Amino acid sequence: MAILEIKNLHAKIEDNEILKGLTLTVNPGEMHAIMGPNGSGKSTLAAVLAGREEFEVTEGEVLYNGRDLLDMAPDERAREGVFLAFQYPVELPGVSMMNFLKEAVNATREHRGEAPLGAMDFIKMARERAALVNLDPSLKQRSVNEGFSGGEKKRNEIFQMAMLEPRLGILDETDSGLDIDALRVVADGVNHMRSDDRAFVVITHYQRLLNYIVPDVVHVLVDGKIVKSGGKELALVLEEKGYDWIKEHADEPVTV
Amino acid sequence: MTTAPTVRTSTPEERFVAAFELHEGHTLNGSNARIQGLRKDAIESFKQLGLPGRKDEAWKYTNIEKALRHEYRVLAGAPLDEVALENLAPFLVPGLEAHRVVLVNGRFVAALSHIGSLPEGVIVTGFAKASEAHADLVNTHFTRYADFTTDVFAALNTAFAQDGLFVYVPKNVIVETPIQVINLTTGDEDVLLNPRSLVVVEQSGSLKLVEGTHTLTEAKIFTNAVSEFFVGPNARVDHYLVEDEGANASRIHNLKAHQEADSYFSTSTITLSGDLVRNDLHFLPDAENCETHLFGLFLGKGRMHIDNHTLVDHAKPNCYSNELFKGVLDDASTGVFNGKVFVRPDAQQTNAYQSNKTIVLTEQAQMFSKPELEIYADDVKCSHGATTGQLEREAIFYLRSRGLTEERARTLLLLAFARDVLEQIKIDALREHLDARIAARFAN
Repeated sequence: MAILEIKNLHAKIEDNEILKGLTLTVNPGEMHAIMGPNGSGKSTLAAVLAGREEFEVTEGEVLYNGRDLLDMAPDERAREGVFLAFQYPVELPGVSMMNFLKEAVNATREHRGEAPLGAMDFIKMARERAALVNLDPSLKQRSVNEGFSGGEKKRNEIFQMAMLEPRLGILDETDSGLDIDALRVVADGVNHMRSDDRAFVVITHYQRLLNYIVPDVVHVLVDGKIVKSGGKELALVLEEKGYDWIKEHADEPVTV
Repeated sequence: MTTAPTVRTSTPEERFVAAFELHEGHTLNGSNARIQGLRKDAIESFKQLGLPGRKDEAWKYTNIEKALRHEYRVLAGAPLDEVALENLAPFLVPGLEAHRVVLVNGRFVAALSHIGSLPEGVIVTGFAKASEAHADLVNTHFTRYADFTTDVFAALNTAFAQDGLFVYVPKNVIVETPIQVINLTTGDEDVLLNPRSLVVVEQSGSLKLVEGTHTLTEAKIFTNAVSEFFVGPNARVDHYLVEDEGANASRIHNLKAHQEADSYFSTSTITLSGDLVRNDLHFLPDAENCETHLFGLFLGKGRMHIDNHTLVDHAKPNCYSNELFKGVLDDASTGVFNGKVFVRPDAQQTNAYQSNKTIVLTEQAQMFSKPELEIYADDVKCSHGATTGQLEREAIFYLRSRGLTEERARTLLLLAFARDVLEQIKIDALREHLDARIAARFAN
């Protein structure tokens, strides 16, 4: 069974329709990249999947492991294994990073019928997984994202994803604002998590990230719809010829 | 308690004056001659000043005259209801080792207090006892900082005050163990109480004072408390007040502090419950190099009305003051913040900071915030600011997106907001106790 099945999804914010019939199937083990120009609806797709209430779904459906995803509250989606890495992670002064994450991990474990992690096991796991993304151990002692640099915030997102072990990871422009070293670190973290029963949807504006996180399928999103899908080579074509070319040649086969 | 509608035959002012005339010279006998004389001056001052109306800027959002129209009996020398030692249990702070003072309806109760052994020369007792046994000390400081000629509630208190807390810390003495004061109100009658505290810390002395206010009765109680603090040169006072009274209990907490050179005063006012609560905190750092900290956390629920008025009057150069008041208003509660910082012409190199932040949880809850700076010196660093709003949606969503329920997300964010103030509490047992209580409150 597919992990994610999006069928003819329409969504709007206030009176602006942004997604206009998006269809996408993601199977276990797959890495999907969604590329598209600014304003095409990439981040809206991430927001709708994670359950942001500002967006209203007007048509279509989203199945997650065969269940109606849109019927679940945002926190239920998270406990069911959907993880969104934020484009702009939120700073939460006074909310301890480790206490919050321990609570999140154990909420998910409880939901899966697993015993909560004790303090020592949690700390050990956190130490290992923070190392995966080179996260400075002192950052874990701080408030969530407070005073983190842009790169640290993005690495912290991947660290949280590694801790929560989702079935579906959605990365919303995780590459934006990263220097090449940080990009590599983030990509390594994601690659480390790839497995047969886990899938990813990587949303990006630029092809560069996909040199490090190699997708199985690349989709081009234009004006709220996927206009073209292909292998990893599609990203290179896009990089070379631009989104305008794709809009005009959406129906032609891709050649490199 | 008044049950049937009654025709109001007198104003609160008239009733208070009549009560004074009735008791003066009998139960309101002066514990020393000076105090006796001051009482008469204070009631005269009270008559002249009168209760403030809503046109009075300092009382614009707090209709105190209306609150005092209720026919409270002015308690003067009445016998106390018995309070047993076990009644104290709910108000003890677990793990807090302290010299314990218990005041019942503003009267020092030796049988309930457990002061223990104090460093040499330190005095911890009731104000009434002190004004007899330590008349010289009391007379040196009493009414020096709470000016009854300009402050009507100081006048009312001075006219009626009989007892309260007295603390004296001599020169160079450091009182390591906190002094804990448990203020209890009890009895079936609707009464107005005027407890009076005087705390004197001489040069290079140091004191930690933890006060709590609680009620053991459903009767309507109005407490008009005045606390005077003298903080000598290079002395230090860490003061904490937890206002935790019943829903029928109203209170004016009038704190006046005088700071000498190089002194440090920090006060944290934590308001958890009550009906109408007005905190008036006035600081006069009257010499160079004073440090003054004012922290406040107010949590409104039901129809509570919580009004924090602060004044830091920088008269001399090179002083520092920092003020942070945070509030969470639920249900139909109302909050008021008015923080004033004066920087007088001589007070160059003053650093004064002030901030008020409030989260309003419902449509009915209201916050009125007015930070004020008046600066007459030209070489100073001052800032002030106020924000009032709701919990940030984006923050709630972020936590939910990691699997926390909406309730848990809100609780965590409120607690994080409150902890800014709680973290300033340097007594671990008190901080942990309040943190747990406030966490439980937000979880509901």
